[in-house]
Amino acid sequence: MEILLPIAIGVLFGCGCYLVLRRNIVRVLLGIMLFSQGANLLLFAGAGLTPGAPPVIAGTADTFDGPYADPLPQALVLTAIVIGFAVLAFAIVLVLRAYQRGGSEDLDDFHHSEN
Amino acid sequence: MSDYSTSILPPAARLLVPVLYAFSIFLLLRGHNLPGGGFIGGLVLATALVLRVMVQPDKAPRLDLIVLAGIGLMVALIAAAVPLFLGQELFTGVWGPEFALPLVGKIKLGTVLVFDIGVFLVVTGVAAKILLVLLAQLLSGQTAPRRRS
Amino acid sequence: MPADSLLIALPLIIPLFGVALLLCLRRVPERYCLGITVGLCLLLTAASAGLVAAVVQDGVLVLRSGAWPAPFGIALVADRFSAAMVLVTAVIGLAGAIYAIGHGTAKFRGFFTPLYMALLLGVNGSFLTGDLFNLYVWFEVMLMASFVLVALPGGRPQLEAAVKYLVLNFIASAFFLVGLGVTYGIAGTLNMADLAQKFATLEDPGMVLTSATLFLIAFGIKAGIFPFYFWLPSSYHVTPTPIAAVFAGLLTKVGVYALIRVSTVVYTGQQDFIQSILLPLGILTMITGVFGAASQFLIPRILSFHIISQIGYMIIGLAFFTEAAIAATVFYIIHHILVKSNLFLVGGMVGRQLGTQQLKRTGGLYKTAPIMAALFLIPAMSLGGIPPLSGFFAKFALVQEGILLGHWIAVAAALAVGLMTLYSMIKIWNEAFWKAPPVERSAPLSRIPVTMWIPVIGLAACTITFGLFPGVFFEFAQDAAAEIMNPRAYIEAVLLPAELLDPGEAAAPAAAEAARAIEAAEGIGADAPAPAESAPDQPSLP
Repeated sequence: MEILLPIAIGVLFGCGCYLVLRRNIVRVLLGIMLFSQGANLLLFAGAGLTPGAPPVIAGTADTFDGPYADPLPQALVLTAIVIGFAVLAFAIVLVLRAYQRGGSEDLDDFHHSEN
Repeated sequence: MSDYSTSILPPAARLLVPVLYAFSIFLLLRGHNLPGGGFIGGLVLATALVLRVMVQPDKAPRLDLIVLAGIGLMVALIAAAVPLFLGQELFTGVWGPEFALPLVGKIKLGTVLVFDIGVFLVVTGVAAKILLVLLAQLLSGQTAPRRRS
Repeated sequence: MPADSLLIALPLIIPLFGVALLLCLRRVPERYCLGITVGLCLLLTAASAGLVAAVVQDGVLVLRSGAWPAPFGIALVADRFSAAMVLVTAVIGLAGAIYAIGHGTAKFRGFFTPLYMALLLGVNGSFLTGDLFNLYVWFEVMLMASFVLVALPGGRPQLEAAVKYLVLNFIASAFFLVGLGVTYGIAGTLNMADLAQKFATLEDPGMVLTSATLFLIAFGIKAGIFPFYFWLPSSYHVTPTPIAAVFAGLLTKVGVYALIRVSTVVYTGQQDFIQSILLPLGILTMITGVFGAASQFLIPRILSFHIISQIGYMIIGLAFFTEAAIAATVFYIIHHILVKSNLFLVGGMVGRQLGTQQLKRTGGLYKTAPIMAALFLIPAMSLGGIPPLSGFFAKFALVQEGILLGHWIAVAAALAVGLMTLYSMIKIWNEAFWKAPPVERSAPLSRIPVTMWIPVIGLAACTITFGLFPGVFFEFAQDAAAEIMNPRAYIEAVLLPAELLDPGEAAAPAAAEAARAIEAAEGIGADAPAPAESAPDQPSLP
């Protein structure tokens, strides 16, 4: 089971890397999306998996009974997802505006800030 | 040009929007110990606002959503800073009485709840603003580049 | 307790209050908002000065948010280095805000002031935090504000610059996250002081080096070091002058600060590795930056490339990794922030007066605006390293340490790049001030508002003060370096065990509750204040 996560992370990073290197700005956007998802997944998997043991204390008990999943990386991933969501929401609007303004989605045409 | 005035969406929205309003408050209040909280509640409320505008484009929220986010930020900041002036560390929870509400369950008043309300307002304002801006773009059909003649 | 806590919290509370207030005042005319911003920046400067004084007196100060003991809650830490950076941030913030009054911010459609305060909030948070994940959150607050500030004027160059800036920095953030994941996987903590202790007892250094490399890439992109700096010169110069000045002074330095902090607190056992990577990168950063500047003819673009080359000096200072070199680096960073922001502001004045910042179309300002010429010369000569200005002492200390350590290539590069920097500054001087004005002057000379003069004169005065009394500032830098190189005091101040907290404090019940929760959870089962902390800009806990 645990082997699936590294594979998924690798696929996400691989696809993300490929898309980021495209010239079409929308693909670059998709690429950084995949990239950040890969990073989130890695943060999640990096702490190790404890399946089937949510970090919730049972209603009748005062303490945890047996092993439980580490809640901190889950909280960290949640924060990272929200931040990524905010940046991506902005990026989508930005790319849309840049496209409206410049009429091109090819990054090779994005040279007006270079002179 | 997108048109949402189909025969299904408006009646459904009329039923859904009040339910979503209530549900967002429910999520906000139960959030401290159970699934829910200001963030989720705010997202649900933002969805409700956007759904209303989708079927009735003239019903845009009267309050400036950015100002709403600013108010929320202020509320959260006050909740975080109050303990500092009571001789405790920043972000320490200062608790008040606890009471029970129907449906929601036990609620404990305190700075944590105030902070959550601040988060609720910020998320509502920002999320609704983003969605409404994109919706306005979509409705005006202005997604193509403005080519200079 | 709270006097110390209040001092650490104020550099965050004031700008956050500013963001909230100015968002609410969106419909109020911009000049009132700018007035409020200037007032808040004055308050911030006073509070930061108080923090520096307190740190000099009492050593490392720690704020444990929510009264959670250190590795479980987020600790905000102020030592001499971070307090000084916070103070310089406030000064630059003040200068930029005053300049913005004269410059005008109509293009930002009422969002200038809240975003400006959010930027300062993110920068201050990055300097003060003692937790790596919290550092990531503050980085994002800062970046989010800067993305919008770049894009908001809405012209085609700004939008395209914002796309490049956003994509590259987003990738840097992804690397940062991956580094955090790896680090958490190795050590089970992200508190820097706690990490230092965990890494010291680790047997397998392989993964530690991996995480160090990931952080190096992430911070390297933000700092603009050699192979990662391409976003910088293609985005800074399209932004309006006050924004460009604040970006130029502060944003890259946050990356440098993070590099110094992480490599001296967390990765103390990996010095050789860090040195072997940073030294060549620092040299290449200096050289490529200065050559880039030599080929440019737009004032802010020349200055942008010079940010890169000056970052190189700071990086080799860190790579030398001795107390004297770190002292020189601290001095260098503070000098550079003041000087570089000032140069951008003067460049903006040139542009305002002549209607262009393109050196081929400027000229004659020496005759028409002699005071402006003098005000340009002070930071320019300081950047080039001419005695008796601040840049001379910064470079001198760094080169002296390089000679003592026998890093001849770095020393040679530093001296040559200093010469090239001077060449670039003289190029601007010749083209904008000295040469005869071009025959066809398109527009009449515009008047410079007094609010533009104030910050430029103030920052120039700072530079001269640094140059006239280098001893005072160097002593401070040496004390700061001593703290940085001996992180024992830092680590002990942060990791103070819960039972040592003053039991008479009002916070004690919360601390005891926290200790109980930790006991029960045998580790990390706390209420995760981490994401709650991030809520200022990105509310995050569903």
